[in-house]
Amino acid sequence: MSVEIKNLSHTYSEGSPFEFKALKDINITIEDGSFIGIIGHTGSGKSTLIQHLNGLLTPTSGTVLVDGKDIFATKKSDMILLRHHIGLVFQYPEHQLFEETVQKDVAFGPKNQGLSDQEVDQRVRQSIKMVGLDFEEVKDKSPFELSGGQMRRVAIAGVLAMEPSVLILDEPTAGLDPRGREEILAQIKSLHTQKKITVILVSHSMEDIGKMVDKILVMNEGEVVFFDTPNRVFTEITTLESIGLAVPEVTYLMRRLKEKYPEIREDIFTVEAAKKEILKVIRG
Amino acid sequence: MTKESNNRMIDVRDVHFTYPHNNENEAVVALDGVSLHIEKGEFVGIIGHNGSGKSTLSKLLNAIIFPTQGDVIVSGLNTKDQENLWTIRQTAGMVFQNPDNQLVATIVEEDVAFGPENLGVPPLEIRERVDRALAIVEMQAYAHQKPHQLSGGQKQRIAIAGILAMEPECIIFDEPTAMLDPSGRREVMETIKRLNRDKEMTVIHITHFMEEIVDADRIIVLDKGKVVMEGEPRSIFRQVKRLKEIGLDVPQMTELAYELRNEGMKMSDDILSIEEMVNALCQ
Amino acid sequence: MLKDVTIGQYYPTGSVIHKLDPRTKILFTTAFVVMLFFLNNLWGYLATFLILLTITLLSKIPVGYIIRGIKGLVLIIMLTVVLNLFMTPGTPVATLGPLTVTIEGLKVATYMALRLIFLVIGTSIMTLTTSPIDLTDGMEWCMRFIPFVRRYAHELAMMMSIALRFIPTLMEETERIMKAQKARGANFETGNIIARAKNLIPILIPLFISAFRRADELATAMEARCYRGGENRTRMKQLAFEFRDGASLVLMFVMIIGLYLTTWIQIPLLFPV
Repeated sequence: MSVEIKNLSHTYSEGSPFEFKALKDINITIEDGSFIGIIGHTGSGKSTLIQHLNGLLTPTSGTVLVDGKDIFATKKSDMILLRHHIGLVFQYPEHQLFEETVQKDVAFGPKNQGLSDQEVDQRVRQSIKMVGLDFEEVKDKSPFELSGGQMRRVAIAGVLAMEPSVLILDEPTAGLDPRGREEILAQIKSLHTQKKITVILVSHSMEDIGKMVDKILVMNEGEVVFFDTPNRVFTEITTLESIGLAVPEVTYLMRRLKEKYPEIREDIFTVEAAKKEILKVIRG
Repeated sequence: MTKESNNRMIDVRDVHFTYPHNNENEAVVALDGVSLHIEKGEFVGIIGHNGSGKSTLSKLLNAIIFPTQGDVIVSGLNTKDQENLWTIRQTAGMVFQNPDNQLVATIVEEDVAFGPENLGVPPLEIRERVDRALAIVEMQAYAHQKPHQLSGGQKQRIAIAGILAMEPECIIFDEPTAMLDPSGRREVMETIKRLNRDKEMTVIHITHFMEEIVDADRIIVLDKGKVVMEGEPRSIFRQVKRLKEIGLDVPQMTELAYELRNEGMKMSDDILSIEEMVNALCQ
Repeated sequence: MLKDVTIGQYYPTGSVIHKLDPRTKILFTTAFVVMLFFLNNLWGYLATFLILLTITLLSKIPVGYIIRGIKGLVLIIMLTVVLNLFMTPGTPVATLGPLTVTIEGLKVATYMALRLIFLVIGTSIMTLTTSPIDLTDGMEWCMRFIPFVRRYAHELAMMMSIALRFIPTLMEETERIMKAQKARGANFETGNIIARAKNLIPILIPLFISAFRRADELATAMEARCYRGGENRTRMKQLAFEFRDGASLVLMFVMIIGLYLTTWIQIPLLFPV
């Protein structure tokens, strides 16, 4: 599914003394099957933006087109249908678990979709497997007796079970340890390649985003600063720093090395790429 | 007493800790014979993946829980003796992970006052301590704000001020940056480092973010309830393979150095910063 | 929605009313609320209105903000009005099918509505002008004079203050959980009452779990900060009874007496005496 954001603005508590312009005239098109990263510090409008994509928030002006259809011009019941296609995983999603067993909790979404029991069961199995858990082992456990990382995965499985065509994740690795972070990101990546779904990943980590996405959307104070490939975005160190964002350490390193080796590339943001470039240029 | 023991802030002697039972009624061993010591004025980083026993250890140091076996000595006092309880909690303050769930009062300065009020400090002195503590964390301007209107980083700084107002000798930070965004993390880390450097506060910093402890005095690595590595940052981080095996990260520059060495490039294996890497590559 | 409730919220403006000792305000509000139930003619309510208006203006809180607080109670007020209007026996003035409106009904309904509105305004002015911490301190002090409650004064005050601290946090949390379940296809907007009540489960359970987790963590954090109940505890802010409190108390006394005197007025205003 393609998502087109048109002249989107959102103002909280309009007309009151607490009025706050969270989004200012956003225009972006997210192609079907692409992998987008959104970055920006707290309060830059990231969360407000993603909540418009499945109609949880209604724009103050402008709109969102999903596959060319204006989602805010539809009936309420159509909006609920739309949410079946656009999966949104909130920050700390494990805080929304509520069922007695893992199996029942993951089934909540597909059941709301009105699927047959058989279909629901199949999707639950699949999605639990997709997040790297053993279905037989966890299905009858209470979600609350799992470890933090496992709870997070069950919650993500709960959204995956709805088989969305667009998957939005708001900081899915927040609060996890390094291994947990790596595993979740790897699963998201493989989900994108296997299922060919559109993925939108909100993250604070330039390193993580740089490794995974096709395009980065950089936001600041409710506006789009950049919407481009990681290579291009990461060369804008000065602008990024001016809005409180830092680029990966290796990018800084490459910039420093350029003083001595002018031919070295600067648009590098992973250890792997830095290694290759250093071997190529410096060792020769 | 020897000179060394006079300087000792915390002594953990062969501590075991078992949680009575989990949901399936099995006892869970969280710490399995941990011995370590912290000297006064030190900045010690503790790392380990979730479930390695870090949080259990931190709660033992603050006498929130007590060892199943072994002793925890804080500033010469054993946490096992009930009469030491309040002195220990006052001496070794603790800052927790979730900034929302450790602020008690509805107004910032009232929250900072909470600790000294519990200690029975006279009102006028509480006022002084609160002002001083807020100044140290650079939050005076927010003294009359409500905590829920602050950012995560600011809330953590208030939590730190609340501990400082109790005038402890040592602060244990239990993943204080885990729930913060990069700018919040930065402000909290700057505050912690400043406390150690300028106020000579003993700091025990538990974290998942390796770059926060590259300039610590010492790092202790926990795995499965045991201390598996201990030493200064360079000697710990150079063991890239071993750290990765127990599910931990290394700083980016250390990892790059490790990778380059594997490719046969000549460089030291204890590179931590960009500066050192530039020097190594531009000789 | 939930955010419109102004009772229990604090609106700092630094006015004279804000600066009064919380005990003065608690005392006045209590006397005022009791007095409301003695009023028996519109003169009294007129006087009450003037008193509240003066205090509101002195407090520098926008009138609209206070009125917004009544909005949440419109339903309850309507209900009492309707019940009293039709259920009071007396001289009929109009009939609506099987229902009869009496003069007495009109009178009781008007008085009840005014009483409720003034009650809400009076108490909201107290909470709007008193920081929660002052309010709980004041209440803790006042509770010391009530037998049986005395022993738990500190605990009750601490509980109140923690509740006030966590209300905004839990409200945000509720909103977030609701959105998260909506994103999983939950539907809170349609269906009959039973279906809607059932739909609340996915919100209530996570909310309770989170509240318990917070309570647990908060208790640990409080213990770590040497909290051990009210014994030997000192306070940074000491309640200080100042000249303005004395003056206000005298003024208050005069006002309450004035209100009481209105019950003696024999001149009818709108309704017969």
